[in-house]
Amino acid sequence: MEFLTSLLNGLSSGGTYAIIAIGYTMVYGIAKMLNFAHGDIIMVGGYAMFSTLLLINQPVVALIFAIVFCMILGVCIERFAYRPLRGASPLAVLITAIGVSSLLQSLAQIIFGAAPKMPTRLQISGAIHIGSLAISYGTIVTLAVTVVLMVALTVFVKYSKVGRAMVAVSEDRGAAQLMGINTNAIIAITFAIGSALAAVAAYLMLMKAPSLTNTLGAMPGIKAFTAAVIGGIGSIPGAMLGGVLLGVIESLSLSIPVLAPFTDAIEFAILIVILLVKPAGLLGKTRREKV
Amino acid sequence: MNEEKIIAPAAHSDVVLKTEHLCIQFGGLRAVDDVNLEIKKGELYGLIGPNGAGKTTVFNLLTGVYKPTSGKIYLCGKEIAGKAPAEINRLGIARTFQNIRLFNSLTVLENVMVGLANQVSCNVVKSIFRLPRHRRSEKEMRDRALELLKVFQLDEYKDYLAANLPYGKQRKLEIARAMATNPKLLLLDEPAAGMNPSETQELMDDITFVRREFGITILLIEHDMRLVGGICENLTVLNFGTELAKGETAKVLADPAVVTAYLGE
Repeated sequence: MEFLTSLLNGLSSGGTYAIIAIGYTMVYGIAKMLNFAHGDIIMVGGYAMFSTLLLINQPVVALIFAIVFCMILGVCIERFAYRPLRGASPLAVLITAIGVSSLLQSLAQIIFGAAPKMPTRLQISGAIHIGSLAISYGTIVTLAVTVVLMVALTVFVKYSKVGRAMVAVSEDRGAAQLMGINTNAIIAITFAIGSALAAVAAYLMLMKAPSLTNTLGAMPGIKAFTAAVIGGIGSIPGAMLGGVLLGVIESLSLSIPVLAPFTDAIEFAILIVILLVKPAGLLGKTRREKV
Repeated sequence: MNEEKIIAPAAHSDVVLKTEHLCIQFGGLRAVDDVNLEIKKGELYGLIGPNGAGKTTVFNLLTGVYKPTSGKIYLCGKEIAGKAPAEINRLGIARTFQNIRLFNSLTVLENVMVGLANQVSCNVVKSIFRLPRHRRSEKEMRDRALELLKVFQLDEYKDYLAANLPYGKQRKLEIARAMATNPKLLLLDEPAAGMNPSETQELMDDITFVRREFGITILLIEHDMRLVGGICENLTVLNFGTELAKGETAKVLADPAVVTAYLGE
């Protein structure tokens, strides 16, 4: 029973990782860059919700505002920090992303201070009891939100004009342009979607543990990035799989007293092992070498 | 067609493509030097020359991949040099590639639908919420894509991933995808590369068929002399980036300078 509980917890935190990982993987696939500021968008989303709650004490309103705010922020970051560097060396873009990350963290600290904020209004407590199994409402909400978002995103990518254009741009940006696709618009849309998902992730995190600092997104960001790499970076189903896998491993490891202190180490060790066996990740495409 | 609406200042109204003194310089190398093309509506024009003569560079200039160092490019009388590739495509130039560049993880049908994207309007918000309007435009795109695939006899492969098509069919699909963007001018970059003689014959028939079916103007880069001689009315021969000869196919191919450039002294 304890196993089942930690499995459900794992699926739930894995769902959150998956939602964040999709942001990393889509941006990598389409803009060919690692957006290390992605984790900090989560943090901004957290503060956006916190600020809204000060004015209107409605979690749903706060969530919607955070989503819109993060989308605009994501698009602006792409427009003013990354787009001028399109065509520059990947290292320059990477360092810019790290710069954006510390800019966001510092700004948040200047505006909101270093002491953690407690948006307890977002918290969802209580649990359903099935026999001796207790499933918290937070877990249920997370699982439901994750499943809905994954399905919606998959349908969007597969069955819409913009989704197909995204696949086309990620595969061959040059050819996509020559077929009339506005690649700048597609990249901006990608950042908007990734940032909206980050805001949702912020909600899911604060719903379980309403403690908000300017490093809220740092560790989940790294974990989700790990998940994206495990699943095969660039692949959306890969990010989903990697996120859920990482969450379950984390939760199971935490439930075993001997392993619990080494949980982070175990997660990153698994990344190393998977990359040794499948360098492109679980669902990543191995680039075929021409002979 | 609204081609006629654009008044051509520098060209005749039946000239689809015109370049004037087209040049591009990479460092000290003039890859394309003073190329003057004039292609009339409905014409099938050939661009030939030895390896490294600058043929594909001309295509890259025409499609906006490179910006010319100097010179002008007119599409139906409208200056297009220096515009972005996506914009030039929307204005009416579509191309295929020497080394096939299909979207391999999309299906055959989806590849054509990517090409159709600008022909059917529907914005992001509508498609995220899958409003009725979105569903209609998706259906319209699907139907038009299927029609195009039928024309190219690719409809039975519509659900194959592009990567899994046989080579000759991939070349055909590239043409279908380019045609989906509704171009005025179609650029074919060595469409017969890597084909055996019977596939080349089939391709020649296809090109002739596309011309008749769509009334499209085609500029063709080719190595295969049999293909060029068989279907092009007029040719320009490039050598070291400059025009070596141009005019009617038969005359150009008989030109001693052209023979020398191809076969050596």
